[in-house]
Amino acid sequence: MSSHESQNTRPRGPIGPGGRGGPFSMDVGRAKNPTTTLLRLSLYLLRSKLRLLFIGLFVVIGTVASVLGPYYIGRAIDQYIRVGDVQGLLGIVFLLLGIYLTAYIANALQSALMARVAQQVLKQLRKELFENLQTLDLSFFDKHTQGELMSRLTNDIDVVNTALSQSITQLISSFLSIFLILVTMFVLNAWLALGSLLVFPLMVFVTVFIGSRTLSGFRGLQSILGRLNGTMEETISGERVVLAFGRQDGVIKNFDEANEAVRKLAIRANSYAFVIMPLLNIMGSIAVAVVAGLGGWMALQNLVTVGVITSFILYARNFTQPLQQLANLYNTIQSALAGAERIFEIIDMRSEIKDKSDAIPLKEIVGDVVFEHVDFSYDRKTPVLRNVSFHAEPGQIVALVGPTGAGKTTMVNVLGRFYDIQGGSIKIDGIDIKDISADSLRRQLGTVLQDNFLFADTVMANIRYGNLEATDEECIAAAKLANADQFITRLPKGYATMLIERGSNLSQGQRQLLAIARAVVANPKILVLDEATSNVDTRTEIRIQDALLQLMKGRTSFVIAHRLSTIRKADQVLVIRDGEIIERGTHESLLAQKSFYYHLYTSQFRGNPIELAASLKSTEPR
Amino acid sequence: MNQKIVKIDGKLRSNYIFRILSYLKPYWKTIIIAIVLLVVSVAADLAIPSLIRRIIDLGITPKDLDVIRMTTLLMILIAVLEAIASIGNTFLSVRVAQSFAARVRAEAFHKIQKFSFGNLDRFLTGQIIVRLTSDINMVQMMVMIALRMFIRAPIMVTGSIALMFIINAQLTEIILLILPLTLVLSVLFIVRAQPMFLEVQRRLDRLNSVLQENLAGVRVVKAFVRTDHESKRFEKANVALTNQNTKVLTMFSFLFPSMQIIINLSILSVLWFGGLQVAEGSFSIGEILAFANYLLTAIMPLLFLAMMASQLSAANASAQRIYEIIDVEPEVKDKPDAKTLHDIKGQVVFDNVCFNYNGNSGELVLQNINLIAEPGQTIAILGATGSGKSSLIDLIPRFYDVVEGSVKVDGIDVRDVTVRSLRSNIGIALQEAILFSGTIRENIRFGKPEASDQEVEAAAKAAQAHEFIMSFPKGYDSDVGERGAGLSGGQKQRISIARALLVQPKILILDDSTSSVDVENEAKIQEQLDKLMENRTSFIIAQRISTVLKADKIIVLDKGQIAAEGTHEELMKSSSIYKEIYDSQLGGGFRS
Repeated sequence: MSSHESQNTRPRGPIGPGGRGGPFSMDVGRAKNPTTTLLRLSLYLLRSKLRLLFIGLFVVIGTVASVLGPYYIGRAIDQYIRVGDVQGLLGIVFLLLGIYLTAYIANALQSALMARVAQQVLKQLRKELFENLQTLDLSFFDKHTQGELMSRLTNDIDVVNTALSQSITQLISSFLSIFLILVTMFVLNAWLALGSLLVFPLMVFVTVFIGSRTLSGFRGLQSILGRLNGTMEETISGERVVLAFGRQDGVIKNFDEANEAVRKLAIRANSYAFVIMPLLNIMGSIAVAVVAGLGGWMALQNLVTVGVITSFILYARNFTQPLQQLANLYNTIQSALAGAERIFEIIDMRSEIKDKSDAIPLKEIVGDVVFEHVDFSYDRKTPVLRNVSFHAEPGQIVALVGPTGAGKTTMVNVLGRFYDIQGGSIKIDGIDIKDISADSLRRQLGTVLQDNFLFADTVMANIRYGNLEATDEECIAAAKLANADQFITRLPKGYATMLIERGSNLSQGQRQLLAIARAVVANPKILVLDEATSNVDTRTEIRIQDALLQLMKGRTSFVIAHRLSTIRKADQVLVIRDGEIIERGTHESLLAQKSFYYHLYTSQFRGNPIELAASLKSTEPR
Repeated sequence: MNQKIVKIDGKLRSNYIFRILSYLKPYWKTIIIAIVLLVVSVAADLAIPSLIRRIIDLGITPKDLDVIRMTTLLMILIAVLEAIASIGNTFLSVRVAQSFAARVRAEAFHKIQKFSFGNLDRFLTGQIIVRLTSDINMVQMMVMIALRMFIRAPIMVTGSIALMFIINAQLTEIILLILPLTLVLSVLFIVRAQPMFLEVQRRLDRLNSVLQENLAGVRVVKAFVRTDHESKRFEKANVALTNQNTKVLTMFSFLFPSMQIIINLSILSVLWFGGLQVAEGSFSIGEILAFANYLLTAIMPLLFLAMMASQLSAANASAQRIYEIIDVEPEVKDKPDAKTLHDIKGQVVFDNVCFNYNGNSGELVLQNINLIAEPGQTIAILGATGSGKSSLIDLIPRFYDVVEGSVKVDGIDVRDVTVRSLRSNIGIALQEAILFSGTIRENIRFGKPEASDQEVEAAAKAAQAHEFIMSFPKGYDSDVGERGAGLSGGQKQRISIARALLVQPKILILDDSTSSVDVENEAKIQEQLDKLMENRTSFIIAQRISTVLKADKIIVLDKGQIAAEGTHEELMKSSSIYKEIYDSQLGGGFRS
């Protein structure tokens, strides 16, 4: 009857040790469109109609049984214990035993079924979320940080999990038991019922008042907590700079301020959150006192029996429990709806790049690439590419040169249709890329970037990522071609060596060679090398250059590089500035023009005329 | 280079939770008051069933209205007393728990500020953040529970049992058999639940890492058209997690009804055995009620404690992780008699320096380095990835300590001066240009918060950053966005160089800090640096040979040793490695 602890013993879903939980990390978001979200979430639930039906049935049985308990205890006292009817007592004890067992089975089944339903819904949500993410184009990933998207799949799913696993059934059973208790109390004795309900309005008031205070307290805490966490995260990821500049004092001061602010607000918010339970319990105690007093007085007038008073005392205590649950549920459901809404938001995102309904797959191309008057802007305001036209013939090497931000990377991005151009056209083997399915286009395109992402998998699996059908032999051959075989065989487990997070157990140069091997396996007709060697030292670069030359054989290649020495071999050099091609030709012809390219090239050796002269000499036709 | 990342494995020791509780010391007065209030509220709670019994047995049965009236009033009074006590306890407990959390967090954070680079190498940023956030949360919750429940439970249980004995010793003996049953059930549950929870966590980690990789490698996934492959990988992890979650939840589904039925069955047994005794006349109805109540208050805390046991072990694991930070011994520390270094000329000497990242074990990263940089000289360092360039310059500001030999500034061993005074003479732009949220101005001013706007601009001009900064609508007051998200790599590097220049250091270190700056701007920075470097000793690590041509001394590092040393002209004649590098960049071009 004294149930101080019962609330705390409910788990918040299978979060495991070290998981989130507790009021400190309470999510207090609010859905913009709660009704729509609720309806939509219900549709997911309704996929298991039969199970839901049984859950509903079991909830009702369980609740009815829990309300019947105190009633029969009262009857046992009045009809059998007081008169000493042992036979009758035995009967009612068995009746109660039956009721309790029924409640046990109904509650357990209800909860186990709900777990299944909820987990299926969550699985489906995660699946849809992930699969839709796969269809979105790069501009989406430019706009959303990795952390943000991770939080959709972890935190938001987690709050929905908590709500689905427990709240729905609790909601039904709480309302139902409040209703049933009220009915039973009035049937037993209307006056005593009214008496014991004296504190009821106060209880509701306390729940609502403190509940709203708690909510606003946690909202305030959340933002200040965000500040503290931001400060910590930023400081620690930049800790080396802090140490190098000896700024520990300043950093500690900032932290201490934020830490103290969090402490104060956390005390406030948590005080409200934790005080609601003792308050409701005390009201329960007062209700018991009123029942005992009023019931005693009425018993003296023979208006009520001791058994009925006993039932009432039990009910008065039980009353606080569903009320507490409802108060908790309000918050849980609120944040679950907010979480679900954020999840749906991502599920509903559509890629800006869509295949035409009659898009054809691109097969067996020779690699003839034409840009005709291409215009492009990321935000549709500031133009990034302006009227870009060129023709790359099959097997040619095209070098893209220009200052940072000129639009070189953008040119290769639109070629792979990672973004759609706004004007002009891009044609491969004479077919507009808008008429081709994006997937088939990208299969013909191999890319080696400045920093290539590797997966936490074996070296072999990383190479095979370029072509899942490739045999081990093909992968090893590719590695050999890419000059990677040498270092791979020296790794502790050779091709079976596991890479850790982002391949950081390899050097930058080694990662690059692996990425090249991956591109070799993919065997694309068109190759994009975006600053493929700019992060490695020169001697490693020589090996990478060798590998790249192997790779470029027989493919149309687009090479972006800061180092002009790496582009001398190009068939054509396109000089790009502010999104326009301002000069074009071969390395030699461009140098002879003595304009922008010449300027760019010679600035490498500024201040050293002898070296400049020497290096210019060495570039003369060989 | 040094991937010795801290790992938490199964080795858990239970003493961490007690150790971390020592941070509660400053609040001992508050804690004592909280406990007193708790005892008061427990006592009040225990009084109520006895009062109900009094109303029934001494009021209703003998029809004594006075007793009923007085007892009812007393009950309300006691309820109010209990309210005051338990609200007070709640407020104080919350205060103590949150203050404790803030204190532990500060302790750990302050400790990190004493770390050296070597200490930082052993943690991933994410690991530290987890310790500072969710681990501290976990421990904080444990303190909260302890203050309100762990202390309450034993008092409640013993109090209830004592009162049961007073009411009916014979019945108590029968009924108390239920308690061990409860304990056994709870222990069984915990033993089974613990590994299942760990499995959920493992599968959740797996799902998250698939997702994280997918997001981080989104360009690769798209470029190779591997979305189907990725979806399959995800689905596998998704199904595995769903199954395990369902399993755990199913087990929980039986736990709570089981607890409920234990409670209900004990009430039922009181009703039966008590009812029999009432029939014999040795027991009263009021006593049955009171007895049943005490039985509940004896069992509930036990069930609760059992539930919390898993929390306790989780809190202990968290405490252990927190201590992994607090217990770190900073690798670089001031000697007790360390002097302050000021007004240096800027001579830097490496005297037979050997170094590795693990202290004394393992292969040396630097071997027998001897090097003299005279004040005002520019020293350029070239070499392949992993040849030890960064390691070499990291020894000057004492980011790491040498294993053998010594590094001297103006003839003084860097280990004999305070780290702070040493670093205040050194300006450094690290390989990765890390910026902080705030304005560009604040970032440049980072090393010298009191610098004037003129100084900031001068530094930015020298680093070729002024022009692009002024092209932003808000100029120097533009927000850089968290970790410089809104700036290009080259722009970040230029701001980071400006930051290093602003402190007007006697020794300037640029660790490959122009790699993402385009050639044209790099040349301009070079020109400015030539002027700025006049009165300062500079160390420059560079990939582009054009950057190092004019250095007073060029060091070519190979596998941790100085392979060649001299001016450009000298090295072109004497060093084959240098010539090879030179040719590859400026000479022969592509090799096939």
